[in-house]
Amino acid sequence: MGEPILEIHGLSKTYRGGVRALDNVDLAIHRGEIFALLGPNGAGKTTLIGAVCGLVKPTEGTIRAFGEDVRHHWRSARRRIGLVPQELAFDMFARVDHAVEYSRGMFGCPPSKARIEEVLRSLSLWDKRESKIRELSGGMKRRVMIAKALSHDPELLFLDEPTAGVDVELRRDMWKQIDTLRDQGTTIILTTHYIEEAQEMADRVGVIDKGKLLLVDGKDAIMAKLGRTEASISLSAPLGELPATLRAFPLSLVNEGQCLLYRGGDGTGKGKREIAEVLRLLVEQGIGFDGVETRESSLEDIFVDLVENRIEVAA
Amino acid sequence: MNVRGAIAIFTNELARFFRTAFGSILSPVLTTALYIVVFGAAIGKRMDPHQCGGASYGAFIVPGLIMLTLLSESTSNASFGIYMPRFTGAIYELLSAPVGVLETLIGFVGAAAMKSLIIAGIIMLTAMLLVDYSVAHPLYAAGYIVLVASAFALFGFILGLWADGFEKLQIVPMLILMPLTFLGGTFYSVKMLAEPWSTIAQFNPIFYLISGLRWTFIGHSDVPIGLSLVCTLGFVALCILVIAFIFRTGWRLRE
Repeated sequence: MGEPILEIHGLSKTYRGGVRALDNVDLAIHRGEIFALLGPNGAGKTTLIGAVCGLVKPTEGTIRAFGEDVRHHWRSARRRIGLVPQELAFDMFARVDHAVEYSRGMFGCPPSKARIEEVLRSLSLWDKRESKIRELSGGMKRRVMIAKALSHDPELLFLDEPTAGVDVELRRDMWKQIDTLRDQGTTIILTTHYIEEAQEMADRVGVIDKGKLLLVDGKDAIMAKLGRTEASISLSAPLGELPATLRAFPLSLVNEGQCLLYRGGDGTGKGKREIAEVLRLLVEQGIGFDGVETRESSLEDIFVDLVENRIEVAA
Repeated sequence: MNVRGAIAIFTNELARFFRTAFGSILSPVLTTALYIVVFGAAIGKRMDPHQCGGASYGAFIVPGLIMLTLLSESTSNASFGIYMPRFTGAIYELLSAPVGVLETLIGFVGAAAMKSLIIAGIIMLTAMLLVDYSVAHPLYAAGYIVLVASAFALFGFILGLWADGFEKLQIVPMLILMPLTFLGGTFYSVKMLAEPWSTIAQFNPIFYLISGLRWTFIGHSDVPIGLSLVCTLGFVALCILVIAFIFRTGWRLRE
């Protein structure tokens, strides 16, 4: 794991009117990683990004980026941070290349036709460089937002719902683009509603709800900690009780002994291995079965459990 | 200081102006030409040159018309310049960029002032075609025009931050600036007014601006040029203080 590029301690934000959007958030982001911040609407994802990028004034807490306090060293920090907000927001009448050049200049970088071309080509916008932004499709406009954020070569990039409202093909394209950025060493923090996106892309995942970070861990570690495997084994003949050899496994008899239900594992393959062992023991003891249905819990199941059912997360 | 950032904002704002240059320039030029023709031709011949500081009536109203344009264009250009990114949400880029209050002012206010200076220059050229006038103190005139354009661009910037709708953006220029400009001696010397209007006019801040610019053009004004300069510089200082406060507190900018 790389050195921390962003360290947030005790960050809170209470808006006028009393809404507490962030509640004592602690978070460290490591150089080179992709971090996905998951949470329902109004959870505090955008406020957290806004606080780091200078759009929101925190009520309490400290934010250190690249080892420096962003409140005091905001110029140097902002030069190295890029932001793609959730909403499409730009001068719709500007040309694509001019809009990207403008962003680069605003972040203090010298004009560079080569860099603008590189960014536009990487996002398949080069052919549209002379078009007015308003003439582009929704997906293309979102790419322009990304091009503007990349124009000054940020080391830390925030993507706030980058694929919200885009079609499947474009979403896949964006995932590839994000992968390329990671390969180039850019640290990426993305917020998303699509759990699939976090599962596909992120190295680590954070779950936020009502301003509190409920969980931050590696994707695999979360699956290991909270992931489950379920198997339903339909027996040929009902059993009165569990055979002694199977009592070491998380099994139960349901449906009047007609079905053997397995609930266990940890998201790392342990569940599948145990199910295979259970089946082997059933065959060995001559207990017949007609079918087996297995299901792995996804990050989405874990997310729902965390946010809706507020399951306890082991430390 | 982020010089490149200031230049980027400045050039971007100017580019926005040139995208609509035809309408932006033609409208104020046409309006001013109409004022000169209508007022100059209809009223001018009846005016005593003594009431106009020894100048012809046409030459007398040219500084007032330039001031009218400077005030309205500087205010509206600057207010729209900062209000539009707030309205569209594009302000996020300014707030997340390494640009502070100085770069923002140079960019937005500088560009707004530049736009109104371009229009004022074209109006001066247009007026030359219609009126025989000269500028008594060209250097003072140039400096004073730049000062007034900057002052009202600063004012427009504050207006653009204060407004939370297009209606508010229009209210101040239409309902406050325009009447004050007309009542501040654009088309007449306030000395021509009967009491108590002559005294009331002294409380109109725009009167001092028009009077100052008129002095640079015809060498004669209702109040001393020094007083006009003090009023204008005071207004600039007040606007800068308000803007510094806004940036420090984040009012209307940061949540």
